[in-house]
Amino acid sequence: MVKVSVSNVYDILKTVCDPEIPVLSILDLGIVRDVKFNDDSLNITITPTYTGCPAMHMIEANILAALKNEGFENVNIITTLSPPWTTDWLTDSGKQKLKEYGIAPPQTTKRIETLLDDQDIICPRCNSLNTNKLSDFGSTACKAMYQCKDCLEPFDYFKCH
Amino acid sequence: MSDLKYKYFLRIADNAMILGQRLSEWCGHGPILEQDMALTNIALDQIGEARLLYQLISELFPEKGDEDKIAFTRDISAYYNCLLVEQPNGNFADTIARQYLFDSFNFHFHQALQNVDDQRIKEIGAKCLKEVTYHRRWSSEWIKRLALGTEVSHQKLQDAINKIWKYANECITPDALDNEAHANCLGPDINQVSSIVSEERAQLLDSVGITVPENTWFLSGGKTGSHSEYMGYVLAEMQYMQRAYPDMQW
Ligand SMILES: [Zn+2]
Repeated sequence: MVKVSVSNVYDILKTVCDPEIPVLSILDLGIVRDVKFNDDSLNITITPTYTGCPAMHMIEANILAALKNEGFENVNIITTLSPPWTTDWLTDSGKQKLKEYGIAPPQTTKRIETLLDDQDIICPRCNSLNTNKLSDFGSTACKAMYQCKDCLEPFDYFKCH
Repeated sequence: MSDLKYKYFLRIADNAMILGQRLSEWCGHGPILEQDMALTNIALDQIGEARLLYQLISELFPEKGDEDKIAFTRDISAYYNCLLVEQPNGNFADTIARQYLFDSFNFHFHQALQNVDDQRIKEIGAKCLKEVTYHRRWSSEWIKRLALGTEVSHQKLQDAINKIWKYANECITPDALDNEAHANCLGPDINQVSSIVSEERAQLLDSVGITVPENTWFLSGGKTGSHSEYMGYVLAEMQYMQRAYPDMQW
């Protein structure tokens, strides 16, 4: 195995995207929890976003492929559940990329416990606060559907979790 | 202890699996597109939780086979889900009534699961609690919307509650296994969960003018493997692939 540092590995992981939201890397998403060299193997610890997220298998396969491409053969992917993933782990650049992609980024203050809606979701197209929730659930587990009452565009909101 | 763990974890897993299976029957049949997606998203979360639990059970009891074998090849009396989750979807109000009654229990159950000693079940519980929180918010909202919507939607929800109410309390009535699990710090005190859930249900339903049947009796049996007539049909569809093509892989 080539002599490399953990930061080299992170550079490679930066190129692995979320298959459902391809503008986000798995680092932006905050699902890579640990990278460690162990003698002659490399251990990558990841955590699922949602329990039923069908993208997890593809993400694992893509991590292995990306690393193999750079000469890493002996890679273990470990899945951990604790602590559970939260949208607070999304990086700031990840949130910016989401917005540019047309998805409203998650709020950081969590309100879901209170049975209240996520408040004041900003339209990613015209920045209006005059928006309305259409549905708690969207095209993937991580999103809800909103509509802007100013520009009238419907949009996805990456919901707080 | 090992038999206790096997059965107790299966109970939690089967609730998630069978409700997930029921909800997935809505796929393509929801009243409007957004709610079709909501129902199937919740189904996905439920099946996700069931998978985590079946994987854990398979790891702890390798002689039981892998997750697919455990999920899809048991006979009806070896499923330990409560009767509530296997009830038919009915109309949208029936599904909402079933979902709310289950979510109100499931949320507080998962919250209480954070106080048990077993690290693995606690971790799965913490992960799923976040999703269950969202389900509960959705089904509570729909209880309000249907109850305060039109006369027709109110009546449909009232009928749904009347019909399903006899299944409402099996999940919050502790039996020998629940008590043993709690005594071994493997599961929550269901009596405690029960009082919170009952109060919360009464409060919400009352606040929107839905009455719960009085002088009722509650059916139970699913938790120990005695199921309603509907369960066989659920399994017939759910198990078809694994039964027809044993050990099949996608
Ligand atoms: Zn707008």
